[in-house]
Amino acid sequence: MAEQRGLTGFRRENGAVGIRNHTIILPVDDLSNAAAEAVAAVVPGTLALPHAYGRLQFGPDLDLTFRTLIGTGCNPNVASVVVIGIEPNWTDKVAHGIAKTGKKVRAFSIERHGDLRTIEAAARAAAEFLRDDSEKQREAVQRHEVMLSIKCGESDTTSGLGSCPTTSEAVDRWVDAGGTVLFGETSELTGGEHLIAQRCVNDSVRARFQEIYDNYIEMIERTGANLLGSQPTQGNIRGGLSTIEEKAMGNIAKTGSKPVVGALDSAEAPASGPGLYFMDTSSAAAECVTLMAAAGAVIHLFPTGQGNVIGNPIEPVVKLSANPLTTETMSEHIDLDCSGLLRQEYNLTTAGDQLMEVIDRTINGRLTCAESLGHREFVLTRLYPSA
Amino acid sequence: MAQATGLPGYLAHHDGDLVAVAVRDLEPGPVEGGYLRGPENVTIELLEPVPLGHKLALTDIAEGQDVIEYGHRVGIATADIPKGGYVHVHNVRSARWQNSVA
Repeated sequence: MAEQRGLTGFRRENGAVGIRNHTIILPVDDLSNAAAEAVAAVVPGTLALPHAYGRLQFGPDLDLTFRTLIGTGCNPNVASVVVIGIEPNWTDKVAHGIAKTGKKVRAFSIERHGDLRTIEAAARAAAEFLRDDSEKQREAVQRHEVMLSIKCGESDTTSGLGSCPTTSEAVDRWVDAGGTVLFGETSELTGGEHLIAQRCVNDSVRARFQEIYDNYIEMIERTGANLLGSQPTQGNIRGGLSTIEEKAMGNIAKTGSKPVVGALDSAEAPASGPGLYFMDTSSAAAECVTLMAAAGAVIHLFPTGQGNVIGNPIEPVVKLSANPLTTETMSEHIDLDCSGLLRQEYNLTTAGDQLMEVIDRTINGRLTCAESLGHREFVLTRLYPSA
Repeated sequence: MAQATGLPGYLAHHDGDLVAVAVRDLEPGPVEGGYLRGPENVTIELLEPVPLGHKLALTDIAEGQDVIEYGHRVGIATADIPKGGYVHVHNVRSARWQNSVA
């Protein structure tokens, strides 16, 4: 019985549960990537999270970058954080946001010190954090304490038939256990967004969901591009998908059957109790998973058809596929082969049992394919250009 | 019999779906298939070749009728489609963007 396996994790100072124990070096801006990566190089065992942005952003786009950086540091898979920025003001803002969790944070800024003195000071702090973090012990945790996120990619018709409904099994079991699950991919709900709206738990959540969806479509249409006219793509059509509605149904097929209890901004932490939450995200894999990790998700399920290889530096990504060609030719990327569903070798309940076993072993410390291959895609979502 | 391999030729998502997805390349003739959730397998007479991942009609579908998959409408038939016929962009269109696509 899947539910009776013992789960272990790291309980953080604020009570949140992680399944990994990372000491991270977090640059506030692109200019600080070199110093952050230098610290991680001289203190092996720490993890730098370089990214491309953080300068001259403003308004909601800047807010989202702060929310993502702070949320990443707050994620319970992270034990402690060394923050490095070019100047002290925004650097301290990120560090203070993370420190509210109670975990250890140190902030270093480069101006008036230079890279080399900053690297030395930050490396001394990082080494101390790493030694302390190495003593943190796993303890027994409950399933509902482990926040799950889901997003599919490189989808084909096998996704809708196999890997997405298998993911649904896990989602429903998670919610039944009192847990929290995040899904997103705003634009790829198109054609089935009314089904998500119907599942919203009340009118206020429904109105917020509809507003997020309408804003996203309006943003796309404002560019003059007709995304809706190009969906499904020529590749989708070659694979057998005929309409945008059919593509959306495959996407929605992974969200389970439970009510949607909240509609979140990008990287916003769920705060209205357990259950299934929608989050406004791009459908690009690395952007989406980065936002979900910043909201506190500690393990991600990624159904794929053709074989997306994405990982994330702090949130383990579990991949499953029902496409026999993918599971055969890309086996080092696929944590669960559920192609037997297409051959009727077993049913969805059994596939769900198999996925729960992979999830539980991942929670308890087994590395995912993406972790073992060093996939650490950390990508900030931008809302518009910098000033 | 076409299902001599013992493997299903197609799968439908929900009881009541009008179309199913070929799970291997299918040739005309009798083909056995089933449902992800729901009824027992049934054999239908396939009228045309249907490639892996593409759809076939489980019942007669009239021009203008909703095409049901996943238990929901995924498009509208633009021609009469006989049971066992090949269903794709040549005989189904989006119901959603009929007026919004340039």
